[in-house]
This record gives sequence, C-alpha cells and structure tokens, in this order.
Amino acid sequence: MTSNIVEIDNLSFGYKGRLLHKGINMAFPRGKVVAIMGGSGSGKTTLLRLIGGQIKPAQGKVRVDGKVVHEQDRDGIYQLRRKMGMLFQHGALFTDLSTFDNVAFPMRELTDLPESMIRDLVLMKLNAVGLRGAHMLMPTELSGGMARRVALARAIALDPCIVMYDEPFAGLDPISMGVICGLIRSLNDALGATSIIVSHDVKETFIIADYVYFVADGVVAAEGTPHDLMQSTLPFVHQFVHGEKDGPVPFHYPAGNYQSELLNQQL
Amino acid sequence: MIKSNLIISIAHFLRGIGHRMISRVWRLGAGTRLFLLTIMYSGESFRRFHLTLREIYFTGVMSLLIIIVSAFFVGMVLALQGYNTLQKYGSSEAIGVLVALSLVRELGPVVTALLFAGRAGTAITAEIGLMKTTEQLSAMEMMAVNPIARVVAPRFWAGVISMPILAALFSMVGVLGGYLVAVPLIGVDSGAFWSQMQANVDVRADIVNGVIKSVVFAVACTMIALFEGFDAPPTAEGVSHATTRTVVISSLTVLGLDFVLTSFMMVV
Repeated sequence: MTSNIVEIDNLSFGYKGRLLHKGINMAFPRGKVVAIMGGSGSGKTTLLRLIGGQIKPAQGKVRVDGKVVHEQDRDGIYQLRRKMGMLFQHGALFTDLSTFDNVAFPMRELTDLPESMIRDLVLMKLNAVGLRGAHMLMPTELSGGMARRVALARAIALDPCIVMYDEPFAGLDPISMGVICGLIRSLNDALGATSIIVSHDVKETFIIADYVYFVADGVVAAEGTPHDLMQSTLPFVHQFVHGEKDGPVPFHYPAGNYQSELLNQQL
Repeated sequence: MIKSNLIISIAHFLRGIGHRMISRVWRLGAGTRLFLLTIMYSGESFRRFHLTLREIYFTGVMSLLIIIVSAFFVGMVLALQGYNTLQKYGSSEAIGVLVALSLVRELGPVVTALLFAGRAGTAITAEIGLMKTTEQLSAMEMMAVNPIARVVAPRFWAGVISMPILAALFSMVGVLGGYLVAVPLIGVDSGAFWSQMQANVDVRADIVNGVIKSVVFAVACTMIALFEGFDAPPTAEGVSHATTRTVVISSLTVLGLDFVLTSFMMVV
C-alpha cells in the first residue's frame, strides 16, 4: 500500500484546443487534507473530475489507490468511485428526495443493508453535520449552508477513503463557512479519510489544509504547507494569498487597444 | 472584390449546411446509443419496479385529465362532422363505425402521442435537463450509480407502458363522446350506433394495429424526450431549447411514423 492514495503524474488535459493542464504532478497522502487552489478557470474542478474518472486526460496518469483511473472499464471506475465521496459546489442534492432520502440514497443503491440499519446510519450521518432534526425537510426548504451540510452527510454516507470538496465555502455566510470548515477537518480525522479541497477561499482553506497546491497557467505554480505559502515571496502566491489587485494575474482579460476600440465603435 | 466576397459567402453557406448535417447525424447516433444503453440497463427498472411505477404515475396518471378531456371533444367533433357527411349519402347509422375506426386506427394513437409529447415529454426533458444543470446526474455518477439505469430506464419503460393504455382510454372516451353527440343530441338510433360498430371494427386489423402504433409512438416520444434532456446544455437556455425540441421532433416523428406504419399495415 503506497502512502499516497491519489497520485497525479505528468497530467495534461484540454478542451476545444485550449490546454488547461500542462504536465501537472500532485500527490495526496492518506489521512491528510490537501487543498488545490487557484483562480477561477484554472482547472481546479476539472482535476477533481479527472480523479473521479468523469473525463480522461490527454496525457499522463491519475492513480487512485494504485489503479490508473482512465485505464479502468466502467465497472472498474465504479469500484474506485465507491471509495470516493464528493461534495459538489451547490450540493447537487436530489430535489425530489427529502434530506433523509438524499443521505440514504447511496446506501439503498449500493448496499443490501436492511432499512432499519439504513435509518440508524442516516440519522448518525445527519447528526454528525448537525441536521438530524431536519431529516424530513426537502432540499428546497434548506438554506445554502444546510444544503451543503446535507450533501456532506451524503458524501460520507458510505465512509469513503477519499472525500473531494468542490468549492465547499463558496457563497456561504461566515457562520456556515466556519461550520463547514470545522466539519471537513473533524470528519476527515474521524473517518481516517483523505480530503481533497478545491477552493479559492484562502483563509478557511489554510486553517484546515495540511498541504496546498497552487495551480496557475496549467501548471503547479507553488506548493507547500499553509504556513510556508503565507511566507512565500513568489509574486503569484503573494498576490493570491493577500488578494492584491496588481500582480502576475492580470485584472483585464486579454483585449485589443481600448482607445481604438472606443473610437472605432467596433468590436 | 465583389466576386471574392460572393465566393466567401457561398463557402460559408455550404459550411453551415455541412455543419448542420454532421450535427444531425451525430445526434441521431448519440440518441441510438442512449436507446441501446437504456435497453441494456433496463433490468433494474423491473427488479425495482417501484421506480418505474413512480414514473408511470407522473407520466401516465398525471396525463389522464388532458387525455380524457381531449378525447371527449375529439369524439364529439368526429360525430358532428361524420354525421354531416354521412347523412348526405343516407348512411347516418354508420356514424358509430366512423367514430370508432377513426379513433382506434388513427386518432387514438396519434393524438395521444402528440398530447403525451406536449405534457409528459416536456416534463421528462425539463426534469432530466435540470438534473444535469444542477449536477444531480454527475453526483449520481460519482456515487457509482448509473444514471441510465436509475433515471433514464424507469422513465422509458413508464412511457412505453403508459402510452398504449392512454391511447386505449382515448379511443374509449372518444367513442363515448361520439355516442353522446350522435345518439341523444342528433337522434341516431342507439342500436344501430353500437351494432354497426361491433360488426365492422376488427380486432386484428383495427385494434391490434392501433396498439402497435401506440407502442411505436411511445418508444419514439419517450426516447426523444429522454435524449433531449440528457443532451441539453447545462444552462437555462439549453434546457428551454431542449424542451422545445422535444415537442417539435416528437410531433414530426409521430406523424412521419404514422404514415410509414399505416402504409405497412395496409399492405400486410
């Protein structure tokens, strides 16, 4: 058993002729909380989809528990996914199912557990995220933070080895953000799982992450512990961590000459 | 200069046609692939029949009102129009046959399919399109649950089971509507209405052929609705276009298939 549960080796991936990742290398050790950070559109979520086998890389390998993901057939990928849980950016709760049924969904679909045991397990998972009392509510009756917590309970329903979080803090109020932040760390330690967090929220991510990768221009621009990165003098890391407007990441999307565009009244 | 602009315009036009053709062929192939995968992963729809039963409620039972009301009016109009023509030839007693044959052979399966596409088909497309937009299908995939087996196949079989039943109900209610106009309202003899119908409607040539048509329309309409939802771009506009396409493509497919099936049934 290798010490890394997920390994990304010289990975390249692109859409419609645009190369999003250019030879990325990453390692995710067992039991750790590892964050992937970077600006919007830097391909962070795509990395999670590559780990989950939803898309195939153009070059390089993604290994999960020693197996190359994109070399597996459908059954093989489904076997690997049983070891994973994923929290989607907006929760992705099934809107036709109640909170209880959403958490029970993977148990009913993937196990032969009796309904009485599923009931107990669901209540335990909901209790872990503080929403046991909301088990009868429909997703439309939940706030954004509550929906994210229910999705988290669903992601850990089958006690996965790897839990992936796609922008877990986006759009949350400070209290919900703190709650989710604490839950990710405590659930990771309680389950002995490996957590992969994709985020651009520096403060919250740095509190819980053991190791951080910064992705920019398709490559790993920097990596290290949150403490190391806070001290980093690399211009990109400094700009990102301190939220500065000026730096290597331009404010403007590449465009033609501003004056001539205004005068010519043409786009 | 003008000549080169003209050449560029023609090239652009031809490229547009080529692009549309390739896109249509691609969609046809992707739709066929989804159909085959749906058949392949249909086992669960029968093993866990409650999934299919739930969809039968949404697609079939919830469509009952529109089907029954439409059938009633269609039957009444058929009787009125039929009587108007038949009485010129002194055969107004044949009104029962005319109403029954029109409904069982053509209007029952065809109008049911058109109404089904508008009511249940659009609902299926919008639901699956929104599931895709809100990442519910991706979430299912990431949980190692096959969305084709869990979402598509139960809806497909629900449509295939519901539509022939709805078409049969349509024909029955239509005949009842025709009876109410022909007998109590116009004054055609009740015995003649029913006996002529009984004598001239053939089980094999009329009713079975009608059922075959409704099964074929059910497969086509449900599959189009499912494919459009599954293929919809994950945006509000994408789902809206997909829903529109479901109605347009289903309607044209039903009318086209009706001609083809009728031709075969006439020959055989």
